Amino acid sequence: MVSVLPLRLRGATLHRRGALRVGPVDLTLAAGGATAVIGPNGAGKTSLLRMMHGLERAAGTLEWAVPEPQARLAQAHVAQRATALRRSVQANLAYPLRLRGAPRAEARRRATAQAARFGLAHLLDQPAPSLSGGEMQRLALARALILEPEILFADEPCAALDGAATREVEAHLRETVEGGTTLVLATHDMGQARRLADRVVFLLRGRVHEAGPAAAFFAGPATPEARAFLRGDIVE
Amino acid sequence: MGDFLAGLAEAGRLVATLDPDLVEITLRSLRVTLTAVAIGCALGLPLGAWLAVRRFRFRRAVIAALNALIGLPPVVVGLAVYLLLSRDGPLGVLGLLFTPTAMIVAQVVIVTPLVASIAHQAMRDLWADYHDLLISLNATRSQRVATLLWDGRRALLTAGLAGFGRAIGEVGAIMIVGGNIDGATRVLTTAIALETGRGDFALALGLGLILVALSLVVSGTTHWILRTERAGRW
Amino acid sequence: MIRLLLLLLLLLAPPARAETLRLAVTTSFDNSGLADHLRPLIRADTGLDLQLLVVGTGQALRLARAGDVDAALVHAPDAERAFVAEGHATRRTPVMSNDFLIVGPADDPAGAADAPTASGALRAIATARAPFVSRGDDSGTHKAEMRLWAAAGLAPEGAWYRATGSGMGAALNTARAMGAYVLTDRGSWLAFGNRDGMAVLSEGDPLLHNQYSFLPVNPERHPHVAAEVAARLEAWLVSARGQAAIDAYEVGGEAPFTANARP
Repeated sequence: MVSVLPLRLRGATLHRRGALRVGPVDLTLAAGGATAVIGPNGAGKTSLLRMMHGLERAAGTLEWAVPEPQARLAQAHVAQRATALRRSVQANLAYPLRLRGAPRAEARRRATAQAARFGLAHLLDQPAPSLSGGEMQRLALARALILEPEILFADEPCAALDGAATREVEAHLRETVEGGTTLVLATHDMGQARRLADRVVFLLRGRVHEAGPAAAFFAGPATPEARAFLRGDIVE
Repeated sequence: MGDFLAGLAEAGRLVATLDPDLVEITLRSLRVTLTAVAIGCALGLPLGAWLAVRRFRFRRAVIAALNALIGLPPVVVGLAVYLLLSRDGPLGVLGLLFTPTAMIVAQVVIVTPLVASIAHQAMRDLWADYHDLLISLNATRSQRVATLLWDGRRALLTAGLAGFGRAIGEVGAIMIVGGNIDGATRVLTTAIALETGRGDFALALGLGLILVALSLVVSGTTHWILRTERAGRW
Repeated sequence: MIRLLLLLLLLLAPPARAETLRLAVTTSFDNSGLADHLRPLIRADTGLDLQLLVVGTGQALRLARAGDVDAALVHAPDAERAFVAEGHATRRTPVMSNDFLIVGPADDPAGAADAPTASGALRAIATARAPFVSRGDDSGTHKAEMRLWAAAGLAPEGAWYRATGSGMGAALNTARAMGAYVLTDRGSWLAFGNRDGMAVLSEGDPLLHNQYSFLPVNPERHPHVAAEVAARLEAWLVSARGQAAIDAYEVGGEAPFTANARP
């Protein structure tokens, strides 16, 4: 199978209601590993992920290694506040498979297996809107991964979770990356970025301020703003 | 108070004896209204969902027009349908005036904007919630609409019931286009108007109570069907 | 779900059809109960199922003119003659008559009952400015009321004169609620269920005579009308059986209608 990656952005920008949200961005995402998108609040982390995933239409160049319709099928996205379909947990998990035309029985079988993998087996028949925050986030992750995407965009997947739930979600993310899926993780949690990321993209005011391997970045950021940010200073 | 008690007694007597006229006009009321609501839903629900999902130039104008149409007095609808269907009118050759079909046509006009508007509001909220997820999962346009309609079915049921409520109690339009013909187009509401005109308040009130009971039974049954489907877990 | 669909289908199935005739009749014909009395007899004798549109005479003639009904049974002789002259109906066949009554509050504050004629009674009401409810709907009764005012040399107007624009029963309800006087036909009055506190105050004046006639819609104007069926109904109404059935109808021991077809 031809990989959809790398993804190349050249002068990519995203406007919403007339205001520039992110860009222009020049960035290349290669296959494999985990990239942490970090930066202060309002730097454009969420917008960058949405733009790359195609939830919002970008201006400039945003090129996958394959034509866009094909690339769309290989991506998944988990939002900061996951959306629960007003259906059972099982139906939520089966939904992406059903959209791709899987027969009902097969979709249910795979949904059940996925639920077991993500510790949701006991909740199969529960209505998804009644789940706790941690359960919902695991469900969102399980649902996003059931189509075995090549690349997963995860936008602050643990922002509202307690320690135990965060540990569970991180374990699943790590497992996902080990399974060969490329992870793009927006996070404000530097600990999480250190724990998970191989590469770092540091965003400031909608632009890529610094990017590179995670180890080098955390050991010694090249720019004063990144140093200040890692120190915990307020960076604008 | 005397009239009211007499009305209760009359309603009880009509139901207890299964009065054949009562059964006939009740079934006709249901037939006309359920048909009109079914057609109104078939038109209004997809229209409401479509208005929620699509962005186009005159969308706001269409929604405003829809909301204005809700306030359309049924009598005006009745008059317009009457003029269309009269032998003198453009559709006169169909010979539909003073038939149950004419009453269904009038009620469809009355019900559809209401159903579409309520469906649109429900679908709009649901769509705001589902938008990112469905785009992310690459759902086609028809898959999106189908998902919204299915997951919003409770709200859509409410829309249908609102349409039913408006139609079953409506008298102005169906009186004009149906003519309240005994044995052909007389329904509960027009019979109530007639008996009030005859000064037979007890019978009129009795029919009114049966109408209320019918509304309750239909809405209760519909809720019950949905509840059993999911065993009340939501 | 399937059961619900079956139920729907059952409800939607059209009922079986007998031979029907669509007839516009006046509210007085229906409110008096004569319609319900005659329909089964007509059905038994001629096999016809009457579909009655109960409206005022004015609207009945409009329906007949538009061809929305097959025939009309109304009571406004002048308008009927004009209707036939204009070619909307093939002929005008007198069938029966009843009479109008001036009714009002039993204590009669205007003293209408003391006047010997209908005109005198109306004059008394107008002089006292006692509330009077008019149909105001271009019905045969309304036309008769206007004729009576004209005969009394009066043009009624003012707050005491209330045009309701409604049918006979509704007008009687209104009059009772307001303690007002009202002109009604005898049939509607006898069959009206809500008469407490009201009384007949003027009757018997020749001006109060009320003739009902049958008008079949002209099939040359409206080829779709059931002219043959209308002719059958007309024949029955003027037949000895039909005329006897009209005379036999009683409400509370009184016969509101007198059959008077010329054989």
